Amino acid sequence: METKNIMIVGVGGQGTLLASKLLGRLLLTKGFDVKVSEVHGMSQRGGSVVTYVRYGDRVCSPIIDKGQADCILSFELLEAARYTEYIKPGGRMIVNSQQINPMPVIAGAAAYPENLVQKLSSLDVKVDAFDALSLAEEAGSSKAVNLVLMGRLAKHFDFTDEEWMDAIEHSVPPKFLEMNKKAFEAGRSA
Amino acid sequence: MKTLMLGNEAVARGLYEAGCSFVSSYPGTPSTEITECVAKYDEVYAEWAPNEKVALEAAFGASVRGKRSFCAMKHVGLNVAADPLFTISYTGVNAGLIIGVADDAGMHSSQNEQDSRHYAQAAKIPMLEPSDSAEALAFAKLAYGLSEKFDTAVLIKMCTRVSHSQSVVETAERVVPEQRKYEKNPAKYIMMPAYAKKKHPVVEERTRALAAWAEKTEINRIEQGQDTSVGIITSSTCYQYVKEAFGDTYPVLKLGMIWPMPETKIKDFAASVDRLVVVEELDSFIETHCRNLGLAVTGKELFTEIGELSQNVVKEKLGGSVQTGALLGEEIPARPPVMCAGCPHRSLFYVLKKLNLTVLGDIGCYTLGAVAPLNAIDTTVCMGASVSGLHGFIKAGDEESAGRTVAVIGDSTFIHSGVTGLINIAYNESNSTVIILDNSITGMTGHQQNPTTGYNLKGDPCTKIDLESLCHAVGIRRVRVVDPYDMEACQSAIQEELSVKEPSVIISRRPCALLKYVKHAGPICSDPEKCKGCKACMNIGCPAISMVDGKAVIDETLCVGCGVCEQLCKFGALGAEGGR
Repeated sequence: METKNIMIVGVGGQGTLLASKLLGRLLLTKGFDVKVSEVHGMSQRGGSVVTYVRYGDRVCSPIIDKGQADCILSFELLEAARYTEYIKPGGRMIVNSQQINPMPVIAGAAAYPENLVQKLSSLDVKVDAFDALSLAEEAGSSKAVNLVLMGRLAKHFDFTDEEWMDAIEHSVPPKFLEMNKKAFEAGRSA
Repeated sequence: MKTLMLGNEAVARGLYEAGCSFVSSYPGTPSTEITECVAKYDEVYAEWAPNEKVALEAAFGASVRGKRSFCAMKHVGLNVAADPLFTISYTGVNAGLIIGVADDAGMHSSQNEQDSRHYAQAAKIPMLEPSDSAEALAFAKLAYGLSEKFDTAVLIKMCTRVSHSQSVVETAERVVPEQRKYEKNPAKYIMMPAYAKKKHPVVEERTRALAAWAEKTEINRIEQGQDTSVGIITSSTCYQYVKEAFGDTYPVLKLGMIWPMPETKIKDFAASVDRLVVVEELDSFIETHCRNLGLAVTGKELFTEIGELSQNVVKEKLGGSVQTGALLGEEIPARPPVMCAGCPHRSLFYVLKKLNLTVLGDIGCYTLGAVAPLNAIDTTVCMGASVSGLHGFIKAGDEESAGRTVAVIGDSTFIHSGVTGLINIAYNESNSTVIILDNSITGMTGHQQNPTTGYNLKGDPCTKIDLESLCHAVGIRRVRVVDPYDMEACQSAIQEELSVKEPSVIISRRPCALLKYVKHAGPICSDPEKCKGCKACMNIGCPAISMVDGKAVIDETLCVGCGVCEQLCKFGALGAEGGR
């Protein structure tokens, strides 16, 4: 099969790394060749962060280039808007509608663009925007946004419950397992 | 077993499987996880050294004593370790010695974009360059064999995309070779002129022997293609970009060993294609070598020396077409990294800015003090340069500028190479004021222990260097400690130390707000009734504070209650109880 590309974007500290690790692990158990690319270091300090998850028969490049993403999973609204150039025509965007102001907006040097969901929908992209933060908070913690989004993404895979749960168990600390499973379910059934 | 591993984790696994028993490193993005991962194996002794020079010398010592050893660093760390590197080239090794170095094309987290491959050529040490995690594991094992066979240290060059990408590896059992005997051998290990003169020809002969090995090894392989109008020589992550862009269309010479290069193989490959192209990131290294062989080659005229390449770049530059996605047609504000909410550095920088001081900065999270709205740093060069630079700055200036200039340096960076600069300040008597930002951890690279934290790499309690005593011991009489959350105390301490006519050190001490053991007060509350919208609280650049409808609003999910904004508000609108 042709290599499939999922980009996970968000703000440093939101838990994008865990999401990509969970997904990478699951895809490997399904027998795919997998590459997951992360960014560490300075950009994690509240900056814009990107991870790439690629899978298929043989994956070469660890990164996803412009025009190649089948799906962008965005943890924050502005970050979804930042990476539209990376999405394939007709590709999918799953977007947490939460807004986190970047420093230029906080400092008053720039404005947070308005009506972004609407603008994203005007592109040749399937947009699924929803409030993942509220669902995470209902599940027990604002930090579970990543599992809510994972649940939403799961709708587009035909993996079994067992397979997802196994991947979650291997990716989160036992102490938070139940809460994370709840968040995953909330995302999937919302 | 097949498993997904980061390139760095795969190097660690390769070291483990090859029986590596001693690891000494200094953290640096993107190399850090190699050492963190190898430390998880109980059979391997692993440590954080104060800096890369110490790490390499320690690893060399372990090799001489007969154990397979390793040290890791980022590209700029190799500059620090360059001194032992060039002479270890002459001594050779006893048990195998590998040096891992990770470049950062694109400068995701670095102060320059230097190309470490030049070190291999300059120091005459072989360099392997893996292109994914499976190769990272395999090359680490292979490198020990090479090291012992050719009596040389071996460099493994990583880059951000190989270090920080997970791909599939297959693991094997650990096999530990018997410890080699140490035997006194002055002609081998004492590099004074009489012995070194005899060693230099040995080094040159070794490079020739390694070049002959490079001709035969499978890690320098030709992959046939259907279309010989173009032939591509490449390595590292660029190999993956080439395969992604063109599959098996063009023949590829994939170099796993980047120094020394297989001259005959390169010439034969060039002869088999119409046009020879080199795809490499950063400098012209393979390309220059091809030119030296008298070959016509295309490289940097297509592929820039600046930043990273990608599959689209490779495809476009070689005549292919790529389709990018739709742009939103909207100005998207940038999201630069910022100091975290509750970061103890923030308030200290605010005070420096308020006092309008010239600030010589250093390498760490606190480099973010350079950006708006704090804009509180004047220079940042390399590890330790704040302290040594301050000495020169003060000596070249007048008394007035001495009263307006400070250096800021983190605890780990100070131990790495700030302390030597401080010795110079004391010894050569400059009226310098150095501020050590002691957040009790190596922050930027992701919370590594260091000699001032009281814990070692394995997490066990250990000797803790007392910074106050250290500063006293090198000859600084005025040493004081302040809490950066208390801005008034910081300001008076800085003003007082700047006014005295002798060197001084201020230790700004509070643990990193992200450390797990740090207990936070609840979030600050804001009172919209009392807030006059003066924006004084916005001057510290805290990500938890924003203005909504002209009033300060606190993001309770981010705020850790450090209380710095509270000290800035003249109207009592911010506080633990706020106005509620």
